[in-house]
Amino acid sequence: MAIETQPERAQGSGGGSPARGDGARPWWRRPAIHTAVLGAIVGYVLGHLLGNFLTGATGAANQYPNVALSDSEDWPIVLGYLLAVVGWFAGLGVFNDVFRQMLGKPANGNGNGHEASGLARYFRYSLDHKVVGIQYLVGMIIYFCTAGLFAMAIRTELLSPVNHVFTSQVYVEIVGEHGTMMMMLMTSVIVGPFGNYLVPIMVGSKRVAFPRIEALSFWITPMAFLILLSGLLLGGFPFGWTGYAPLSIQSTVGADAYAMAFGLMGISMILAGFNIIVTVICYRAPGMRWSRLPMFVWAMFTTSFLFVLAAPVLVAGMYMLLMDRTAQTAFFEDTLGGSSYLYQNVFWFFGHPEVYILALPGFGIVSEIIPVFCRKPLFAYRVAGAGMIGVGILSFFVWQHHLFDSGINPDMRPLYMLTTELISIPTGFIYLVALGTFWKAKIRFTVPMLFAIGMYFNFLIGGVSGVFLSDVPADTTEHGSFFVMSHFHYTIMGGLIFALMGGIYYWLPKMTGIKLNSRLGKWHFWLMFIGFNSTFLPLFAVGMAGQPRRVFEYATNLTGLNDWVSISSYVLGFSILLFVINFVWSTVIVRERETGNPWRSRGLEWQIASPPPPGNFDQVPVVLSGPYDYGVKDAQPVADLHPPVGVVTAALAPYSSAGAEA
Amino acid sequence: MAASAAEATPAPEAGGRNHGLWIFLIWLPTAVLADVLLYFVYGPHMPPGTMSDSAASQQFDIKVMSVLAAPVMIFVLVYAIYSFTVWRHREGDEEDGPALYGHARIQATWITATAVIVLFLAGFGSYELAWPGFAGAGAGEGPSPVWKPAHGTPIQVQVIGQQWRFTYRYPQFGGFESPDLYLPVGVPVQFNVTSLDVIHDFWAYQLGVKADANPGVNNVAYTTPKNVGAFTVRCDELCGLWHGAMTNQGQVVSVAAFQAWAQKTETQLASITALLPPYATVYDPTVVPNINKAMAKAGIAGANGYYYPPNDPVQP
Repeated sequence: MAIETQPERAQGSGGGSPARGDGARPWWRRPAIHTAVLGAIVGYVLGHLLGNFLTGATGAANQYPNVALSDSEDWPIVLGYLLAVVGWFAGLGVFNDVFRQMLGKPANGNGNGHEASGLARYFRYSLDHKVVGIQYLVGMIIYFCTAGLFAMAIRTELLSPVNHVFTSQVYVEIVGEHGTMMMMLMTSVIVGPFGNYLVPIMVGSKRVAFPRIEALSFWITPMAFLILLSGLLLGGFPFGWTGYAPLSIQSTVGADAYAMAFGLMGISMILAGFNIIVTVICYRAPGMRWSRLPMFVWAMFTTSFLFVLAAPVLVAGMYMLLMDRTAQTAFFEDTLGGSSYLYQNVFWFFGHPEVYILALPGFGIVSEIIPVFCRKPLFAYRVAGAGMIGVGILSFFVWQHHLFDSGINPDMRPLYMLTTELISIPTGFIYLVALGTFWKAKIRFTVPMLFAIGMYFNFLIGGVSGVFLSDVPADTTEHGSFFVMSHFHYTIMGGLIFALMGGIYYWLPKMTGIKLNSRLGKWHFWLMFIGFNSTFLPLFAVGMAGQPRRVFEYATNLTGLNDWVSISSYVLGFSILLFVINFVWSTVIVRERETGNPWRSRGLEWQIASPPPPGNFDQVPVVLSGPYDYGVKDAQPVADLHPPVGVVTAALAPYSSAGAEA
Repeated sequence: MAASAAEATPAPEAGGRNHGLWIFLIWLPTAVLADVLLYFVYGPHMPPGTMSDSAASQQFDIKVMSVLAAPVMIFVLVYAIYSFTVWRHREGDEEDGPALYGHARIQATWITATAVIVLFLAGFGSYELAWPGFAGAGAGEGPSPVWKPAHGTPIQVQVIGQQWRFTYRYPQFGGFESPDLYLPVGVPVQFNVTSLDVIHDFWAYQLGVKADANPGVNNVAYTTPKNVGAFTVRCDELCGLWHGAMTNQGQVVSVAAFQAWAQKTETQLASITALLPPYATVYDPTVVPNINKAMAKAGIAGANGYYYPPNDPVQP
């Protein structure tokens, strides 16, 4: 194990002396978000002009009349976005250290070395994993709320089947923005904030493996978000979040925003995944055996593997889509040797693992919360870990169930039916673990626990409805209807987002040293739980009654159900507003301190001060026991935070066959 | 899984009550009642009804899965609610719970039980799909279907999706193309679904037929209507601006009425049929604008090959 006993010198808040050089500059000349915005604008203008020049000078786009539906306007947009991203990174100072080291100068932490504290570091390319975690948290809440507003707009339109709030053009734009923003940005909603912040602390490390890659993975997300939103200015894209090929090639320039943003987010996922995998493998403290790894770390670890294995396929798909739209290639053009099935396969080969990217982190959080508030060890720890790994592996073998009615490989449908249904075995493990932990427990209904229980309730419905969808004959009715829509909202919104909320209430005292108001928290939970179920449970019936997804007109006999759903969705929206109010009120205005271990948790992250000091631990700790040993008489402490001199060094000595397992 | 998990709960402590038995006793009648209600009371009304054999197959599958799912869900709920009432934290109790790390027999039972249910479902679904009586359960089976109706010569109907309308060609009646969908009752129908532009999805809800319309692909789906009546056709794959309005009604009529309608329409539309490209399983979308021009020359408007240029939606 490669354990660094000292934080990397360039890691700003890791102690060490302030870096030289950039610290002397006035604030507006230091790389931060304002220089990044400037860089992005300059980059976009340059790219746009370059695109105009290329299409004007060569007319490349007009030489292939068979792909007549694409047009040359795509060039300036795509090149503009591309250079805007490069300009954004340059403005942030991403390349500073790279070039400094190429020129033989020492790295200086991208001019961040002196920012040990203060609000400004959250607007910089910070190499401190705790800063990145907070950046992710705030960013994800903003993205989630933006996409949530689009959902409110969708439900407003669906209040009436005949009277329209929006034109069909605006409506499909909203549907596309909501779906894409949720599905692409929410992949990192837990891995980003909690994975980056907590995994190093939970494995007893002073740092992450690749701080620059980690920071880059975050700073891609605002750009992906803005590019996706800018699609609205370009006329939007009329194909939802899936972007099925002939339609997405036919669409106007708004589709470039979709492909660019989704592709960028894929790169962000790959980067975030690599960092966490290497951190978990290489940076565990002595004594942190695989069998002592907290379940949340297992979840982050398996999710990261899905990131690095699935996201490249997405990036490839988006790249091919952009090439089809600009360079007039024909990857997805049936008449020219391509295939629209290719896009569907590529997309879902990423898309189905992605569904588990959106489920596993939630399992991790609830598995972490439940033992603490049951005051019992996690039941069947190894089964829980096996469940996560099993879900992760099987998720790569099911993607064709999205194509059951498409006519491709019809005789292979029983196979995909089998693999899809097999996934419910490892998923069921998560319930075995929860029910076993409840047995003779001392259950405390704190706000995090309520959200964890809510997650189990919602995911039960989401999971069982998924089994209905895996059955080909039943799926023939349900495919593409509101049933599917409701199913994945139950797993993602009801599973992942409920777990996220539980995680925020549970870990925010850890991350900020500030407690969220628990009375408001309970209001938030009950409104969200009732609003959520009241919104999505009737949608199963709506789908079964024959309403396809993404329609703006529907059968008039479904008006009553749709109105009920719309009104419930406003309650759901209000509960999220309540959360935002609670978040801002508690962290900005009241600021009630909570520096100890309020939940009496045995997790390693709770054994240090809140918020954790720079560098997390004074010394690399030696882990002595598992994180869930509640109710054990004379239980050992979780870790020795100040191990005697020499212990860590001995543990780090080269492995010899005689050496004990560290 | 539920029954076995309850039966495998550890023996009660001396003097304590047998929680496992209690949970089992609450669960069993609830689950049985739910299953009876689901199968016998709600079952016959479950979507998508029984208008065709494929719709009936889907209804049967949904019914069977509901009957299997309900006890599982009820078990988890009963167990959870029982835990929350009996094992909730009492004020002033600062003791931790028992250090129970696992239970080999319960874990093995759970894993076995879920595996058995899942494998049964996979086998059941495959059998339903392949059984000749249901002939692929109404789902699109691609250009060379493996599961076909056992007997009877099917009526062929070609479904052509285009933005944003379905039209139908009847190759056994000279290949005329019509916006109307009529089907004879009791005769197997073979839908050949294709598209002229982007991916659509032909969903005849009451008939239990769903097949993607891919450009350049002939996607075949079978069904046999069992009752006379109207059914709804909707596009089930987002296909652009007016996806939500891409819908029409089909009719299942008696065999004689169908023959009469088809022969009458064939004669009526003969002049238009002559302008159409000859019947084929797929069409080259690049010829569509030409068809459109030919139509305009002949003074014909409407759905018969009418082509909406992209970015220029015409409200249907």
